[in-house]
Amino acid sequence: METKRAMGMPEAELTFEAAMQRLEEIVQRLEDGDVSLEEAIELFQEGMRLSRWCDKKLRDVEQRIDLLLEEEDGAFRLVPFSGEEDEA
Amino acid sequence: MAEPAVLSVSELTRTIKALLDGDERLADVWVRGEISNFTHHKSGHMYFTLKDAASRVKAVMFASQNRYLAFRPEDGMRVLARGAVSVFERDGQYQLYVREMLPDGVGSLFLAFEQLKERLRAEGLFDRKRPLPTFPRRIGVVTSPNGAAIRDILTTLRRRFPLAHVIIVPVLVQGEEAPASIAAGIERINRFREVDVLIVGRGGGSIEELWAFNEEIVARSIYASSIPVISAVGHETDVTIADFVADLRAPTPTAAAELAVPHVRELAERLVHMEERLRSALRRRLGEERVRLQRLAQSPVFRHPRRLVEPWMQHRDQLDRRLGEAFGRLVERRRNAHQALVRQLALATPRQRLAVARARWKALDRDLARAMALHLREAKQALGHLLGRLDALSPLKVMQRGYALVYNETGERVLTSVRDVAPGDTVFVRLADGRLDCQVWGIEEGVQHGNETRDGHARSGTDL
Repeated sequence: METKRAMGMPEAELTFEAAMQRLEEIVQRLEDGDVSLEEAIELFQEGMRLSRWCDKKLRDVEQRIDLLLEEEDGAFRLVPFSGEEDEA
Repeated sequence: MAEPAVLSVSELTRTIKALLDGDERLADVWVRGEISNFTHHKSGHMYFTLKDAASRVKAVMFASQNRYLAFRPEDGMRVLARGAVSVFERDGQYQLYVREMLPDGVGSLFLAFEQLKERLRAEGLFDRKRPLPTFPRRIGVVTSPNGAAIRDILTTLRRRFPLAHVIIVPVLVQGEEAPASIAAGIERINRFREVDVLIVGRGGGSIEELWAFNEEIVARSIYASSIPVISAVGHETDVTIADFVADLRAPTPTAAAELAVPHVRELAERLVHMEERLRSALRRRLGEERVRLQRLAQSPVFRHPRRLVEPWMQHRDQLDRRLGEAFGRLVERRRNAHQALVRQLALATPRQRLAVARARWKALDRDLARAMALHLREAKQALGHLLGRLDALSPLKVMQRGYALVYNETGERVLTSVRDVAPGDTVFVRLADGRLDCQVWGIEEGVQHGNETRDGHARSGTDL
């Protein structure tokens, strides 16, 4: 969240997929060349920011693994899955 | 004597029916037998006989029940039928009302598999292949939390794409309750919703151990899933109904995890590649703009800026000329008008009138001078004449003849009467050639001749 704010990303949660899609789109638009020079420079900067952000995500992340349990009243509960004993 | 109780046929049948229906053992029985006289009525209900070497029983399986049969019953097929025994009142016939039916034996399993596969294929359950998300945020895994499959899947996901959040739905993957458990798990994760892709499967095992994935209930729950499903059952050689229905079949759980996510290394490479594309696109763009700028800078407009204004200068000159011409014409017209007026004015000038007046004046002046001269001459003549006459009448002439004039002592008044003086007064007596200062010595009135002369003289003067 902080990263996103710092980068001036939209309010909505930026997913890795959305970031990659936006990056692809930016590259495509920049390559098509039918944008103004100012826009091209902005797109370039945004693209570089997105690329760095995605790269950071790939490096920093710790995988989250949960078990999905359903309570009697139908409510869902996620319980961290350790599975250590099974792997051992 | 009491008469024996007599029942109608209907009553008898109803009694027997009540008896059978009330027996709990007959309410839910499994019967093994061979199908004969099989009829699939157009109403959808199935009518057949189950028999063995020694006996037979009529059986009916209604459409609502047989719809989910994993196989198509045929004569001679050995089956296990489950249902309740009751009486069909019209015929007074007891029969087995079948709710569930399975082919008998492993050979029959294969048959059931083939039949179910064909049926589901015909229904189109195998035709739906949805695309998988490129970068799943959440991956659901419907499998046993204790098997080899989950271990393989987790290892692979961690290695390839740690970004994804893995949500395991623990289910039974073998045994009698496995099909319902798997179906419920798929249904549950669909209700949970927040998952982009689903891996459903288990590790390798015998055909019986994998059989749950050949069950219709599992196939239908996969089909009903709104989340794309990757199936991963057993080993590469094991192909289940679930594999056909799934959006993507993975040969193993490890392969399923690989198919579910991209590899971080590939992604990192892709990022590098995209950055390179970004750079080169911008570089190219800047180059293009530079060329454009140079082209513009070299355009004639910049090299010969005068050309830009020349047409305007020309235009200005033209306008200038036209203005001059127009002005000249205007002045000319005014000048002409002025001259006309001057001419007109000249015609009406007072000088002319003055000249006329002067001429007239001169003429009159001349006439006047002439008339004057004439008049003067005439007057001179008249004067001369009168002077002559006057001279003739002049007192001086008279005085030359001896007359004198007497004035008072101031010399201002001619004395005409002796009463005007008193003795002693000084008087002046004018003679023709001078004056006498005299003093009156005495006065005497009535001296005739002197007086008459003087009166006569005065009268003469008056006559003049």
